[in-house]
Amino acid sequence: MDALINLGIFVALLCVGYLAGTLAERNHYRRIRRRERASRNFPVFTDNDTKNLSGMQEAFLASGSIVVSVDYFKRFLANLRNLVGGRLSSYESLLDRGRREAMLRMKEDARRRGGHFIVNARLETSAIGNMQNNKNKVTCVEVLAYGTAIRLTNPELLAGKS
Amino acid sequence: MLLTNLESIPNRRVVEHYGLVTGSSIRAKHVGRDFMAGLKNIVGGELRGYTELINESRQQAIERMTQQAESLGANAIINVRFSTSAIMAGAAELFAYGTAVKLG
Repeated sequence: MDALINLGIFVALLCVGYLAGTLAERNHYRRIRRRERASRNFPVFTDNDTKNLSGMQEAFLASGSIVVSVDYFKRFLANLRNLVGGRLSSYESLLDRGRREAMLRMKEDARRRGGHFIVNARLETSAIGNMQNNKNKVTCVEVLAYGTAIRLTNPELLAGKS
Repeated sequence: MLLTNLESIPNRRVVEHYGLVTGSSIRAKHVGRDFMAGLKNIVGGELRGYTELINESRQQAIERMTQQAESLGANAIINVRFSTSAIMAGAAELFAYGTAVKLG
């Protein structure tokens, strides 16, 4: 009887995870795409070449971060996949979401504080352990995006860089 | 205090180097937050409580690094880097380091 109840809970969690997780992910991707379109004219560079930069008014550190986790169903799938090896596509989409969201937050932070573009952008990912189930450690990841935001005295100069 | 992860501030000259400055902070959320995050883990998505926790913690690490730089007499920190490591379940260490300099 106990086993049956446990199985019932497990199946219920799988269903809830699948439905709510898929819906949440679709909504999140929609938001990400909309914000990416809105911030397309805000350049981010990974190089640190500022030698030719004239008319710089201010440089400051901008950053954005997010902690994301994967849903119960996808975690179950990933655990199964782990047995045979191969692509863990459920974790791929998790990290993709995390990176894009962190990048967007960095851009929004820079823009809010008056920056015109970002140089030397770096992305960093770290797995944060979860307290409930120790058997599958990678349950949530933190993604941090940071870089140096530059404010120009004359934003029209922006066309000169890149 | 100017912070940048560039090797120098564009159009400014470094007149004095003070070496490495560091700041770190280890934090955990209270049990209620952990419980909520556990529930959120079923459906996936952003764990807001943790995002907030990590941001606060990183801010504090930056503050400690800045204080150290100030006590040395610096007015900027260049080449700033961050690192995060999970110390134990539900707690993380946020670490910030960089080079303290004086700009002319």
